[in-house]
Amino acid sequence: MSMETNITLTVNGSVVTLEAPPAARLLDVLRERLGLTGTKEGCGEGECGACTVLLDGVPVNACLVAFGQCDGREVTTVEGLGSTAHLTPLQEAMVTEGGAQCGICTPGMLLSAEALLREEPRPTEPQIREAIAGNICRCTGYQRIVNAVNEAARRREARS
Amino acid sequence: MAPSIGTSVPRVDGPAKVCGSARYVDDLVLPGMLHGATVRSDVPRGRLLGVDLDPAFDWTGITVVTADDVPVNAVPLIESDQPVLARDEIRHAYEPVALLACEDRLRLAQALRHVTLRVEPLPPVLTIDDALAAREAIRGADNVIKRYRITKGRGGAAVEGCEVVVRGVYETGWQEHVYIEPNGMIGWWDGDTARVEGSLQCPYYVQKGIKGVFGLPDDGVDVTQAVTGGGFGGKEEYPTLVALHALLLAKKSGRPVKLVYGRQEDVEASTKRHPSRVEIASGCDRDGTLRAVSIRVLFDGGAYVTLTPVVLSRGALHACGAYRWEDVTVEAVAVATNTPPNGAFRGFGAPQTIWAIERHLDRVARTLGTDPVALKRKNLLRLGDTTATGQTLKESVGVEECVEKAMAASGYVEKRERGPVVTGRTARGVGAAIFLHGAGFTGSGEKYLKGKVAVDLLPGGRARVRTGSTDIGQGTETVFRQIAADGLGIGVENVDFAVPSTANVPDSGPTVASRTVMVVGSIVDAAAKELRARLEAEEKARGATRSAAWERLAADPARATSLVQYEPPPGVVWDDATYSGDAYPAYGWACDVAEVEVDLDTFETKVTGFWAAVDVGRVINPTLCAGQVEGGTLQAIGWALTEKLVTKDGKILNPRMTNYIVPTSLDAPPFTTTLVEAAYSRGPGGAKGVGELPMDGGAPAVAAAIEHATGLVLDRVPMLPEDLFEASVKGGAR
Ligand code: FES
Ligand code: FES
Repeated sequence: MSMETNITLTVNGSVVTLEAPPAARLLDVLRERLGLTGTKEGCGEGECGACTVLLDGVPVNACLVAFGQCDGREVTTVEGLGSTAHLTPLQEAMVTEGGAQCGICTPGMLLSAEALLREEPRPTEPQIREAIAGNICRCTGYQRIVNAVNEAARRREARS
Repeated sequence: MAPSIGTSVPRVDGPAKVCGSARYVDDLVLPGMLHGATVRSDVPRGRLLGVDLDPAFDWTGITVVTADDVPVNAVPLIESDQPVLARDEIRHAYEPVALLACEDRLRLAQALRHVTLRVEPLPPVLTIDDALAAREAIRGADNVIKRYRITKGRGGAAVEGCEVVVRGVYETGWQEHVYIEPNGMIGWWDGDTARVEGSLQCPYYVQKGIKGVFGLPDDGVDVTQAVTGGGFGGKEEYPTLVALHALLLAKKSGRPVKLVYGRQEDVEASTKRHPSRVEIASGCDRDGTLRAVSIRVLFDGGAYVTLTPVVLSRGALHACGAYRWEDVTVEAVAVATNTPPNGAFRGFGAPQTIWAIERHLDRVARTLGTDPVALKRKNLLRLGDTTATGQTLKESVGVEECVEKAMAASGYVEKRERGPVVTGRTARGVGAAIFLHGAGFTGSGEKYLKGKVAVDLLPGGRARVRTGSTDIGQGTETVFRQIAADGLGIGVENVDFAVPSTANVPDSGPTVASRTVMVVGSIVDAAAKELRARLEAEEKARGATRSAAWERLAADPARATSLVQYEPPPGVVWDDATYSGDAYPAYGWACDVAEVEVDLDTFETKVTGFWAAVDVGRVINPTLCAGQVEGGTLQAIGWALTEKLVTKDGKILNPRMTNYIVPTSLDAPPFTTTLVEAAYSRGPGGAKGVGELPMDGGAPAVAAAIEHATGLVLDRVPMLPEDLFEASVKGGAR
């Protein structure tokens, strides 16, 4: 068995220290050790984007990130956005605009969109498409996801 | 109460999905659970001589299951020809032969490498032509799985006497579903009761499989749907096998077993869209009036029968397209090959034959020197016309309106008149497809299915829909609530949707064939309305208020529930022997327009705009409905342009998302979707099915647009840059 190391990181705002093999996938640590099953696995090789989380604010594929690389860093998963009782404008728009169908791509999609909106509060349609290009959705045809991100930008602006 | 039908009620399962709290099968953990894995053959055809476990490996804590452990070794489907685990015959390169389970996934992966199959290879049959040649017989003497023949009038022989005769051959390849959640199931035993929970479309199909293999009664099996991450037909029949495997391991180990496929295994082993070849000869007048057609449809069924006969049937029934023909012959044949079994995939045989007939009519238009849409419009089926099977269309034919709306929204006519736009090394063009899709089961299917739904009155003014129809992303949970709410005259927020579990919900028939809203929705409507009548009677009889009547009925188990069974509409007559009559109770109709840009140096095609006008009878939920149209269309665009499964000696060379390419947000065009409502009298509120229809039109519309842009004629999907290049070398490129 591979050696375990102690790693301290911030997950959705809480500091956690875990012992795990440094080569373990961040995806498995989140899902199995921390019970954060909102992060999904669709391919395990960096192609589908279902496992997208933010690492220090930047979208990464958690299936390709070794846990050992996460020491001292900050991870945001879908559980770190809003709760069903208090959806963020982005989550809310995703529901009302029809951007989620089966929902398996949705957590990853939301995190890619969240990173975009933090960088670019009023993105253009090409910018939105570019930002979610690493997140495959087989259900929606993307139009309604793009609409949702647009709508979220509008609502975020209205709020601030 | 304002009606809910026709409004975009936000999907009820939405909040859990956007918060990551929706539980898919891989998110579920049972105490003591083991992980399962499948040992598969790696030759496409052979005789299995033995399964060897490496004696040097430590097998403690590892459960091994082989064919010897399977009580009845046949998956019950149309024919029970597929073993649960192969015993002596290998019929495709990913045939399941043994199963392993272990608590630790790392050890499980190691154990997999220490199982060896002893197989004596046999020469495989790998293509439709191999199968037809029948040098090797793998099914009967001729390798034929199923044949159909449809004739009308004088039959296809009448083509020869026509003024203009056009012939063509059209082909399509495999398509993989690529639902983003791969197949997965958890199986466990509760004493003698088998329980499974997982990713699936049809809980009662899985139940039937388990009953057959383990010899259990109805109440000895409970199948529950977990939140399901996409299906598209790929989780219609296949999950039965996964559930059986999980239960076999659970039985032998005495522990719950989770069996979740990785992407590669899912692409390799699960069903795919049937490859096809369609040969068409048609005859028309010089003015473009279509007269006669002779069509030969060939489908590759793969190694086992699965649903191939019904897929072929739908293919044959859509082969004449949305057009009037006086004389018709359709010969349809599905053959067996040593490739993984092909099965249900959105569209179910129709995309292949619609591709063929649409491309063919584009060819006829070229021969006549006319615009394809003008030619197609002239020959569209109208109310009162008769289809190839002799069905007279009595209502709900919105195709003319679809064409008008799609033309207007896209500017097709002006763009075609202007001709292709060539800027530097980029050529832009537009193309269209017009098509129909039969909603519900073919012919007498619904009569045998006897789909049922229950609606319950619950205390506190609430109601609950119980149905075996699942939500796999398309929105069943939400639209059924809307239909029930309107039937009962209450707000949609007061309606619950029971988790589909065979222990709790009646068998509504499978979640397939665009039948959920039209067929099952109509009985949700009927059950809700029946309860409403009960409430009104109670009010009158007791002089009570509605809410008092509601609470009284809800408290009385004998009166709280309405269980309604589907009755096929009277006057729908189908003859399976002659393959004639009313093939479907109603059809969805549509017109798609695609605009493409082709790079004249690299031959890459980008779809830059897409306009779909779709007659769905009545729109229950505009947002969800348009979402079905757009998602289905993008799957069609993927099939048209990038999705190519490459095989060699029966093995798939690109079983990964890295090299089997589905469209991203950058490949997808902006969609403009127009919903047309030519009501169908027996659908809830007038609604027809919509799920599959959009899969039919994308590929031929894109091909027509490529032809307009470049002059290149492509008759085979997918149309990769190398295919365009090859066509240009053969001549015709600008
Ligand atoms: S699971 Fe990580 S990219 Fe697909
Ligand atoms: S909603 Fe199903 S994959 Fe995106």
